Amino acid sequence: MSFDASTARGDLILTRITKEYGDFKAVDDLTLTIPKGSFFALLGPYGCGKTTTLRMIAGLEEPTVGSIHLGETDITTTKPYQRPINTVFQNYALFPHLTIFENIAFGLRRRGIKDVDAEVNKVLNLVELPHLAGRKPTQLSGGQQQRIALARAIVNRPALLLLDEPLGALDLKLRRQMQIELKWIQKEVGLTFVHVTHDQEEAMTMADTIAVMNEGQIEQMGSPADLYDNPETAFVANFLGQSNLIKGTISGNDGDSIIADLYGQKISLPKKRSHAVDNSIYAELIVFEQNDDGVAPFNKGDAVNISWNPIFTFALRGDEDVTAGSEVNPEVLDEE
Amino acid sequence: MSKKVIDATIPTIPLGARFQRWFGRNLIRVYMVIAFTYLFIPVAYTFAFSFNDSGKSNLIWKGFTLDNWMNPCGAPEVCTALANSIKIGLLATIFSTILGTMIAFAIGRHKFKGRSTSNLLIFLPMATPEIVLGASLLSLFLVFKINPGFWPTVIAHVMFCISFVVVTVKARIASLDPRLEQAAMDLYANEFQTFRRVTLPLVAPGIAGAALLAFSLSFDDFIITNFNSGTVTTFPKFVYTAAARGIPAQANVIGSAMFFLALAIVIAGQFVNRRKAR
Repeated sequence: MSFDASTARGDLILTRITKEYGDFKAVDDLTLTIPKGSFFALLGPYGCGKTTTLRMIAGLEEPTVGSIHLGETDITTTKPYQRPINTVFQNYALFPHLTIFENIAFGLRRRGIKDVDAEVNKVLNLVELPHLAGRKPTQLSGGQQQRIALARAIVNRPALLLLDEPLGALDLKLRRQMQIELKWIQKEVGLTFVHVTHDQEEAMTMADTIAVMNEGQIEQMGSPADLYDNPETAFVANFLGQSNLIKGTISGNDGDSIIADLYGQKISLPKKRSHAVDNSIYAELIVFEQNDDGVAPFNKGDAVNISWNPIFTFALRGDEDVTAGSEVNPEVLDEE
Repeated sequence: MSKKVIDATIPTIPLGARFQRWFGRNLIRVYMVIAFTYLFIPVAYTFAFSFNDSGKSNLIWKGFTLDNWMNPCGAPEVCTALANSIKIGLLATIFSTILGTMIAFAIGRHKFKGRSTSNLLIFLPMATPEIVLGASLLSLFLVFKINPGFWPTVIAHVMFCISFVVVTVKARIASLDPRLEQAAMDLYANEFQTFRRVTLPLVAPGIAGAALLAFSLSFDDFIITNFNSGTVTTFPKFVYTAAARGIPAQANVIGSAMFFLALAIVIAGQFVNRRKAR
């Protein structure tokens, strides 16, 4: 090694990354900074390029164009084993011929550490499975394998921990539980986690920052609340939750607000929540509203749960397809 | 009311139908017993006649004796032939396993020009009649002025064993999840360490199986050996030549011993696998 990438620390910086497979661009001119110590989620549907991005960070793929830096160190072309980055694979990829203990000790031993007992036992306790040290991976349940895969990665104290749909194979209840545990472990060990998922709920629950990816590019990046409250594109709005989309046109301008015309109904929208192209009164608007869930009216004397259900209204750029990113093809209010 | 009526009549199944049902359920077992009997009658015969107090010809039962088992090398040349077969078998196994495993990795793991052609060529020796292989190898050796004998036989055996090794090991490699190797690389193992610590241990059962297969193929090959071994006598060649005069009971002893040895290896293998899985 001409330089030692394995001790690099700092923010992960992807600069103008493109990955092509033949004619297909899996990742298209992606620039992204993942701050040290954060829990970062790459969220997007299947085929949006999020896993390819993850594999390039891990060193399992090389970008066609662009560079990857960890702090000051360029790691674009270094081998996976030269990077201080570890991955929790989607199917866990535990070594079937080794015991749980040896699986976890694998990374430590490869780095020439002889006395691994203390470290391995520490992470086994962290994932609360110390009694399984002598077992083989096939003797473990899915949830247990998942935790061991996590333990095997964090025992190395990498600068960056990559999680590739780590909870995808678990059932709903276990998934919820693991979400909380993952978040807790990340706080506990203070590592940078990069979490790739197509499950928006998972991303919203765990991540500090979410980058929503679509067709090899980032649609929007921000905190979960930010993305949910103020999506910039129809894709993000649709992908993050259920939305009703109504087409409209800008019909006026009133100081801090713009006036939108929705099929004759005029509403006023605050400009700071508006991502419309507002210099043209012909620009269409798309307005989002949360569903009223159609509960039957209550009778006098009924016990009710009272909760505040905020109604979001956003204005977005109008040249977009209103159905972008909606999984269940909503009945778009498009008929004139 | 209606409940009482149902309780009152317990239906009986007619005998014919009962037999039919039994037959339907046990057909596969009946077939299995017949098939295995057919397969193992020759083995049982060989084993039984290894205890025959035969004298010269071992065709007629003349009485029980343990002499043949106590003195398996009693018949002239039988143990020389056996030693030759074992020597040739081991050498052929070692070379064909090493070379075949390397070919299997190349074909199974890498994309290169001529990959599918090599794949096809590997299958060719298995599809070619042995008599053609044996004869053409002999003429090849003669062209290069190499006399038939021990080493030409080893070379011939390596040639036909390689195909089987490649096919066996390749199947194992194909079933290996490439993500395990990626995980190893991710966990600081370089290419060599990944091979040594992850790939090789996981492919090892396939390689071991291929080696056993290669040995048994080499051990019982007659046709190709007959062309290329010259004056060297292997065990199958010995049995063939002896057949004209009457096979000595020692041949039965050695045959039976080989059978039980192979059986023991298979059972031990199963046992180890089960323990590993637990």
